[in-house]
Amino acid sequence: MRDLVVYYNTPLGAVKAADSISFSLRAGERLGFAGESGSGKSTTALAILRMIKPPGRIDAGEVWLDGVNLLTLTDEAMRQVRLARIALIPQGSMNALNPVMRIKEQIADALRDHGLRMSRRQGDERVRELLESVGLQSEVADMFPHELSGGMKQRACIAIAISLRPRVIIADEPTSALDVVVQKQVMETLARVQKDLGASVILVGHDMGLMAQFVDRLGVMYAGKLIEVSPVREIFTQPLHPYTRMLIASLPSLEQKGTFHGIPGLLPLLRDLPPGCAFHPRCPQAFDRCRTEEPRPREARPDGWAACHLL
Amino acid sequence: MTTLLEARRVTRIFGGGLFGRRSTLALEDFSLAIDGDRPSIIAVVGESGSGKTTLGRLLLGLTVPTRGQVLYKGQNLQKMSGADWRAFRRDVQVIFQDPYGVYNPFYRVDHVLTTPVAKFGLATSRAGARRLIDEALRAVGLRPEETLGRFPHQLSGGQRQRVMVARALLLRPRVILADEPVSMVDASLRATILASLRTMNRELGISIVYITHDLATAYQISDTIVVLYRGSVAEAGDVELVVKQSQHPYTQLLVSSIPLASPERTWMTTHATVPAGPQGATDTGCKFAVRCLFVEPPCRETAPPLFQTDRRRAVSCYLYRGAPTLAADAMGNALTAPTESAQPGRTGVTRTP
Repeated sequence: MRDLVVYYNTPLGAVKAADSISFSLRAGERLGFAGESGSGKSTTALAILRMIKPPGRIDAGEVWLDGVNLLTLTDEAMRQVRLARIALIPQGSMNALNPVMRIKEQIADALRDHGLRMSRRQGDERVRELLESVGLQSEVADMFPHELSGGMKQRACIAIAISLRPRVIIADEPTSALDVVVQKQVMETLARVQKDLGASVILVGHDMGLMAQFVDRLGVMYAGKLIEVSPVREIFTQPLHPYTRMLIASLPSLEQKGTFHGIPGLLPLLRDLPPGCAFHPRCPQAFDRCRTEEPRPREARPDGWAACHLL
Repeated sequence: MTTLLEARRVTRIFGGGLFGRRSTLALEDFSLAIDGDRPSIIAVVGESGSGKTTLGRLLLGLTVPTRGQVLYKGQNLQKMSGADWRAFRRDVQVIFQDPYGVYNPFYRVDHVLTTPVAKFGLATSRAGARRLIDEALRAVGLRPEETLGRFPHQLSGGQRQRVMVARALLLRPRVILADEPVSMVDASLRATILASLRTMNRELGISIVYITHDLATAYQISDTIVVLYRGSVAEAGDVELVVKQSQHPYTQLLVSSIPLASPERTWMTTHATVPAGPQGATDTGCKFAVRCLFVEPPCRETAPPLFQTDRRRAVSCYLYRGAPTLAADAMGNALTAPTESAQPGRTGVTRTP
């Protein structure tokens, strides 16, 4: 992704939900996008699929997949890229499945729509394989979504997502509605199928614990900007950006009972961002330059990028 | 100790009845006591369907127990007089999970703050009221000038939730029941809200019942923890013991399932392959038996009682059958008494007029 800009038109004026986002996703890699609500993490992920709905619009940028800029494709060509090349595991699987279709019909529907011709028996066989690969019994094929638990529905969504062996799987808060025990099972399933496919995963979420345990590299977003991208181990041991550092310090741990380190101040409103660095009103290390000049992302250490004047 | 608020062998069943619908056992034979003299933070942890929200509603008198009693200063909530209810509604405050549903969209947010001040006569003048409100808002990290005068839709979820904490704080209650207060709040603000809950406990002597699915935040703020599994106590007691040296197989599973925000990656490599259990209720025996790795024949026959494995911990699991059993109604007092190391000066409850 190069210099992606997404605007949302609101009655109070256009708001920049994603501002000059650039990053590269490596083959087989798990990349995370973390941030608080309104930081632009979901917007960035959905822009890859060109699934930004009005009043949102992609204003500028490029999204390259295997030498093709997705933003230049026709709508129909882009429709074929979805699921086949880049699949989405949506937030809230409860609402993502069609309530009046059996699970096998929903999986087969997606396969057929992407031009896969097969007999009923072949279709059933393929559905059974897919369900098995996400740890669901074959009886699930004949069930309706309301007969499944939340974790089973999310696994069914994973089965659909991998049905055409995509290169990239985008998982947008895939477990935010699930209990921790089920969350772990679902993430283990996702990790396994990703490995089998050799696909890359983009995980979008606000749970830094999940990011720490799942992704290889983590991008941290704040007020529509990607402020840091580093390998996940370094993010948690030596974060580059003050926001990343404070966010990590604010997390509760099971290691020790400590004092709480909340980040003072409030998230800025996107339509009324402070000048310079958007984080400067909450940053304890802010100096004059931060208030006037917006920091550009730079590589502060090998494979570690951050947008901060301190670096 | 004088018990302020107590659930005594409470059971709540939903549904069932005339038409033979399947009934749901939301909470079974549960006891909990909140000490009025030594304010503590009690966390109630469980997954969805564990009965934690039902417990909260029972303690608030919003749901009537099917069996057992909820007592406030020794009086059964269901038999309390109007005057006692009034005192109860001041002394016991609640912070709900959803900071969207609790506001009337037609009123400015000031409404939820000025109403209790007026109803309970907390201030004698407008300026005094404003001072109290400003103080409460600042205590939860809000700027009064940016908050007051706005309508709910003009504030973020985190701001709205903090107004709710400020509202609870305003009344200087004896007990605050916080039902998932931070689950809909952004990470950077979560710590601030939790810190203000702890400040209320430590400095203002308010007991907190913190209901959550999040074991990590529960560990951070509570003294005592109760782990619920499908309506029954799996393990309860001192938070250090329960979280750091978990005994019940369910607690162990829960602790190992938390993705820790640390560079040590151990989460997905631990293979505690516990089958995803069926959702239906078991008729007899331990409710966790179908998912338990250590299940034995007796587990399927009768539900285990609480075994007191430490002075301040009880576990409902036959693995600890060597320990003395704890009567169901004794659990309330036995486990919630804070440790002797509790700070001095916490006995008196500070109440401002």
